Amino acid sequence: MLDTTQDSVQGNEQIVNEVCMTICTVNGSGSATANNILYRALFRMGILTSGKNIFPSNIKGLPTWFVIRASARGYTGRVEYDDMVVAMNPATIQKDVSYLRNGGVLFYADHLEKPEITDKEVIIYPMPIKTLMKQVDVPRNLQSYMENMLYVGIVGQVLRIPEEILKATVEHQFRSKPAVAESNFNIVKLGFQYALENIEKTDRYYLQPLPELRDYILTDGNNAAALGSLYGGLQFCAWYPITPATSLVESAIDHVGKLRKDPKTGKNTCVILQVEDELAAAGAALGAGWAGLRAMTSTSGPGISLMTENIGLAYFTETPMVIWDVQRVGPSTGLPTRTAQGDLSMLYTLGHGDTKHVILIPGTVTECFEFGWRSLDIAEKYQTPIFVLSDLDLGMNAWVTKRFEYPNQPIERGKIIWEEQLEQIKDWGRYKDLDGDGIPYRTVVGNMSKKAAYFARGTGHDEYGNYSEDPKNWSDMLNRIGAKLDGVVKDLPGPIIRRAKADADIGIIGMGSTHDAMIEAQDILAEMSIQADYMRVRSLPANTDVREFIASHARNYVVELNRDGQLRQILSLEISEYSEKLISISEIGGLPLPAAWTAESIFAKEKHNGKNC
Amino acid sequence: MEKTVELNRIGLALADYKGKPSTLCPGCGHNAIANQIQAAVWELGILPEKVMKISGIGCSSKSANYFLNRSFGFNGLHGRMPTLATGACFGDSSIKILGISGDGDTASIGLGHFKHIIRRNVPMVYIIENNGCYGLTKGQFSATSDQGLVLKHQGVNLLPPLDLCMEALISGASFVARTFSGDVKQMKELIKAAISQTGIAVIDVISPCVTFNNRDDALQSYSWGREHEAPIQGITFFSSREDMQLENFEEGTYREIKLPDGSYIVLKKIDKDYDPTDLNAALDLLTESYKYHYFATGLIYFSDVPPTIQEQYDLPAEPLNRLTADRLRPSMESLEAINASLY
Repeated sequence: MLDTTQDSVQGNEQIVNEVCMTICTVNGSGSATANNILYRALFRMGILTSGKNIFPSNIKGLPTWFVIRASARGYTGRVEYDDMVVAMNPATIQKDVSYLRNGGVLFYADHLEKPEITDKEVIIYPMPIKTLMKQVDVPRNLQSYMENMLYVGIVGQVLRIPEEILKATVEHQFRSKPAVAESNFNIVKLGFQYALENIEKTDRYYLQPLPELRDYILTDGNNAAALGSLYGGLQFCAWYPITPATSLVESAIDHVGKLRKDPKTGKNTCVILQVEDELAAAGAALGAGWAGLRAMTSTSGPGISLMTENIGLAYFTETPMVIWDVQRVGPSTGLPTRTAQGDLSMLYTLGHGDTKHVILIPGTVTECFEFGWRSLDIAEKYQTPIFVLSDLDLGMNAWVTKRFEYPNQPIERGKIIWEEQLEQIKDWGRYKDLDGDGIPYRTVVGNMSKKAAYFARGTGHDEYGNYSEDPKNWSDMLNRIGAKLDGVVKDLPGPIIRRAKADADIGIIGMGSTHDAMIEAQDILAEMSIQADYMRVRSLPANTDVREFIASHARNYVVELNRDGQLRQILSLEISEYSEKLISISEIGGLPLPAAWTAESIFAKEKHNGKNC
Repeated sequence: MEKTVELNRIGLALADYKGKPSTLCPGCGHNAIANQIQAAVWELGILPEKVMKISGIGCSSKSANYFLNRSFGFNGLHGRMPTLATGACFGDSSIKILGISGDGDTASIGLGHFKHIIRRNVPMVYIIENNGCYGLTKGQFSATSDQGLVLKHQGVNLLPPLDLCMEALISGASFVARTFSGDVKQMKELIKAAISQTGIAVIDVISPCVTFNNRDDALQSYSWGREHEAPIQGITFFSSREDMQLENFEEGTYREIKLPDGSYIVLKKIDKDYDPTDLNAALDLLTESYKYHYFATGLIYFSDVPPTIQEQYDLPAEPLNRLTADRLRPSMESLEAINASLY
């Protein structure tokens, strides 16, 4: 078996553009800014990199970690060891070094107690943070922020990040405040100069510039989702703050003023409204959707629980709205600042009685943008609530991702009809299936035709919206809604399939933010002589490509970040003839999926299956 | 002889404002409200298409179907009417919103939303059809049931009632009224005034449940209401100043109030000077009327209207829901600029 943990670094040759580094700080100290500068510097060097913020549910004073992984091969999933640790937090330094592998590198602020390391060889670079700070005149309240800039300079120099790239990324970080950029870069430079003159490099990790990644950007999924929604013609968003969804709407607020001025009148064309709770957020989005606005809300699992009744009402009154669920760890309050994929089952049949919903599952930040506009189109076309299922890792962490592409199709408003069209329809009824596709024609308030009004209700209603308890009417109504949503599958993003290099006996299936780790796991498996095709499910209900993929493999490992294998359960039910081909691999620690662990778990199961590995 | 149908100023008959036949109990106070709403909108000469009805769950909320057939309506969830109205108000701000709710809907499950929609000042008429009990689930106490009320299954109500006018006042409503299903003349004038208001206008209508809570001593019964009603003023609505025939009013006995849309109400003093623009007087009135068991009805409070939630957003004059797609999608160049800023 291949040693995927790589827990030891032997040899003398340089290791270029392959490094995993954890920066250990105290939250609230401004370290996020410093970390982002380092992260962007690697991106600007043309190196595919990931940055994952592992943070506490707290504002100030608790440990926080930022993990940067550079990988020339593009493997940016989480790894479970560190090549480098930058220790700035006295409370965690001893534990932090335990993740270093043999031959790893420790940078530590030399005013901290030096950790005891007895079980491995570690190259140690002390950083005289306090001494260096004495050389500069920094206001007391900015002291800790500036100390962080020192490690940017020191670590950057030792890794051989060019000074001008550090300068450019500091300027990018403070692009609206050139003076602040300058004072920060002076500190970075101080650290850089110190390292240049005083640190004798004995480790083997080097970064070398590659061709620029000009097709890529560095941003987070929540920002992408907000922008996608605004480019999708969003007109109304009601929301209530909740980690990790809050920054989605906050990003929308940042952009809406500039992006959504009416070209004709200069007035605002999108309303973003914070309301008293998630019940109100869903209710207001529903009211706006009913009134003919492109409407959404954004929340996380606990908020979905509160929105449930209103979403059931939207389903049954056939009212379009979009609900973003940026998942965190549940049940209950759970781990609010950690990631998971545990809401899938809840969403799929959310609400009492017969329901089934459409779920879009973006797996990259670029897809968060795309599904932002697409979800509004699908909601209006099919007159139903649409979920977009993201998670904390995708939503709150910045990713190196493909540039956003302008929507390649016009805004889809579905079968909204105004006065003239209504006059042309004989015997219109709000819930009448005139086209045989299960999708009725919809009028909205402000339509001045005498025939336009109807009374929407969550109670039993006939084709005209009139109250009805008639058994046949009820079953016809619910079956039509079911049939309508069977038709949605053709408009949903199908799975992404990455074939193995040789004929593959097995499939591996994932969804959402685990995408990068899954690709790496696929490649690690290949190195272990297990050929596996990889499929990422991007929406439910699943289309026939998903079925064919499962059918064409002897065993399919469904990898997900929830305990009971929710995607596997849903696929097993819906593609029940192949349910025995589906095997669950689940990970629930609250951290992003590690590729090596995934590959090993699949390897172990394959071995158990009696395969020759 | 040819029968002539009376038409309003826009040429519509009262029949154009009718709803579906009521399925509430005969004699239900809510039927009186449905009738007065359609009469008020007809008399104001507002096109039914220019009104939307939003309601929650309960007997009261069902009644939104029993008036204004030609208006859009949404019978939503228990207690959540204000949330629907909050979103719907942005669709087309020229449409008047009538929110129909009950005491279970507003005083219990939806109390939070009630206070927040007032705080947001969503432009609408918020009517509570308050019968002091749960009718549709067959007679349970509500949060406005009087302390000591006896109902068939639950026995004696141990808890004091909430006063929804009080809640509206302290939440910042600029128009708060209380009226009675047994006093339809006053009710209609108040509804007309409320519709003419530009912010949120709250009307708490004591509206007896003839089936479950109409015993003579019950706070929300017809007989208690008739015996104890103490209107704080006589109210007459005028759609313009020209319509006012002030010679009918004795000088010093009335007060005129101009409403934001240019209409007026004339308040005729009854026994003492009551100033409906004095918040403290309004709070005192409500405290005392409960304490001394009288039933104060009329315009309890009126003030200048703070900006509505729509006004806070600087929206186009034309309805948001009619904006064409080309006005909703930013340019390709703007996305390129965003991409560049994220490199």
